[in-house]
Amino acid sequence: MSLVTPNTSKIDRLAELTATHESSSGNSLWREAWGRLRRSKAGVIGAVVIAVFVVLAVVGPWFAPHNPAAQIWRDEVLINKGEFVGPRGENWFGLDHLGRDQFSRFLVGARQTLLVGVVSMLIGLVIGAIIGGVSGAAATLGGRNGKRFDTFVMRVTDIMLALPSLLLAVSIAAVLGQSLTTVMIAVGVVQIPIFARLLRGSMLAQGNKEYVLAARSLGIRKRRIVMTNILPNSLSPVIVQATLSLATAIIEAAALSYLGLGSPDQSAPEWGAMLTQAQRFFDNAPMMSVYPAVGIIITALGFTLLGEAMREALDPKLRG
Amino acid sequence: MLRLVIRRLLQLIPTLLGLSVLLFLWLNRLPGGPASAILGERATEEKKAAINKLLGLDQPVYVQYWRFLKRMVQGDLGTSIQTGQPVWDEFTLRFPATVELSLMAILIAIVVGIPLGYLAARRRGGWLDITAVSVSLVGICIPVFFLALILKGIFAVKLGLLPSYGRLETGINATEVTGLAMLDGLLTGEFDATWDAFRHLILPSVTLASIPLVVIVRMTRASVLEVLGEDYVRTAESKGLEARVVRGRHVLRNALLPVVTAVGLLTGALLSGAVLTESVFSFEGIGKFLYDAIGGRDYPVLVGFIMLITIVFVLINLLVDLAYSIIDPRVRVN
Repeated sequence: MSLVTPNTSKIDRLAELTATHESSSGNSLWREAWGRLRRSKAGVIGAVVIAVFVVLAVVGPWFAPHNPAAQIWRDEVLINKGEFVGPRGENWFGLDHLGRDQFSRFLVGARQTLLVGVVSMLIGLVIGAIIGGVSGAAATLGGRNGKRFDTFVMRVTDIMLALPSLLLAVSIAAVLGQSLTTVMIAVGVVQIPIFARLLRGSMLAQGNKEYVLAARSLGIRKRRIVMTNILPNSLSPVIVQATLSLATAIIEAAALSYLGLGSPDQSAPEWGAMLTQAQRFFDNAPMMSVYPAVGIIITALGFTLLGEAMREALDPKLRG
Repeated sequence: MLRLVIRRLLQLIPTLLGLSVLLFLWLNRLPGGPASAILGERATEEKKAAINKLLGLDQPVYVQYWRFLKRMVQGDLGTSIQTGQPVWDEFTLRFPATVELSLMAILIAIVVGIPLGYLAARRRGGWLDITAVSVSLVGICIPVFFLALILKGIFAVKLGLLPSYGRLETGINATEVTGLAMLDGLLTGEFDATWDAFRHLILPSVTLASIPLVVIVRMTRASVLEVLGEDYVRTAESKGLEARVVRGRHVLRNALLPVVTAVGLLTGALLSGAVLTESVFSFEGIGKFLYDAIGGRDYPVLVGFIMLITIVFVLINLLVDLAYSIIDPRVRVN
């Protein structure tokens, strides 16, 4: 085969290398992890909780029995003078302090809560992964300047991590003003350094592996090594973190609402905002707080359970 | 070890410089500004301009920043716009309250968390393990302010056992020595003040402890499980060492290493939690003051407090690293 140029043979060998790599450890790692995940009780419970929550959030608002913003029973609440109307046939979760149907508000709130969680997680994930990915690539294959760049980026994330997360979020929310978008951005930005550090660390670990050395010694372009070898193998901790941060995002959003930085729009509140409103009446009407609080806790629990189960399933130490 | 300390302290300088630039850029973007916070929203432009001139806010940002740096080097953090007191005084006035609260919280978390995590790992799959794991899971998922609300509702409002706000009852006349209310009472012999301060601390510190407690239980459990599977533990057991010795010297000592690091890293989370806890219980610490400063656009307080908190944070982590080298001889060699 003298006609084959060295260049193409290199690519062939790369293909062979990546192919064996993917079939022997790449694919089966994921398949094995999937198997372990399905056998984990916590993981299955978490997945079911999330599924119920997502269905509730997507479909729920269409089945809301009443307009969540309309103060339909306002007179009744006024007559009762602070005595809150509990659950009854017409209003499954009772009424709130302005005579609005709590059950309808709960359903609409589920959608807003899911939205806040997913969007802020994505903000943290995408920006964090870009920063961490570039930094990690620079550190593993970028030579001396790459290392310098990496050190600089990591110092910046250090500073971000040095601030208590809630204060960082509060600062951002103070700049942007009150709205649901603000909450999403504030909660998302707090997650950026976490994702960045995680992906970078994971890429550094992969950068020392033999297959990267092999690919380098074959003279494959650095960019290609990063994209096809290092990056795909570094993603699992990031995926786990993404699941876990959905839980923290929902909780942090609630905390921002509590501090008065949430959306001022009361027609479609997320659960955190509902809880913040309800807590003023906690002594008279504890149930009003309990619905959104239980919603937040159970949803966050679902994401945490699934995330932890995924972490265990992907842990190489536990592989049989 | 001395080199580590010096290097860390030198690293503080660029960190603080970077942080102060970020803070200044951020504050420059804040809508409103202290003038409208002082005068109210309907203040005339002239009055606002006069205040801004008085505070030096009419100058360009880099001039403001330069002035700030010059003052900072001289140890002057400026004056709070809201209270008119020096930022440093405001900080030292409130810092002990937060220290007292955080120490109490960390103490509760360690005293409860480490034995609980250890026992859960020893009896893996037992009822204690399952309870510890599920409680700690619910623990991370419950919003801190809601937990505070429940505790307050039950123990302060319903049962009337504990006070629900403040650090001390108004009637009690406590002499201040260190600013740590409980310690002051002991030092001056005013035991009623100590008791009262303790009662005021219970609910906030239990609330705040929920954050580190969960982390400590989970870390300890995972770490003990890992160490229990190590060869050296099996060796120690098989050479006939007493179970007590194996547990103390081989298992616990190794298992607690990551827990120590985690405790250091928890400082940030603790401060976040302190903002919420202090505001629910009207506990006059730095968390509550900082939160009020954001609403009042109190720039000097925001910049000063966040810088001071960062210094505290870095110092605590340094202490944790030093503690680490005492517990783990291997780190010392390296």
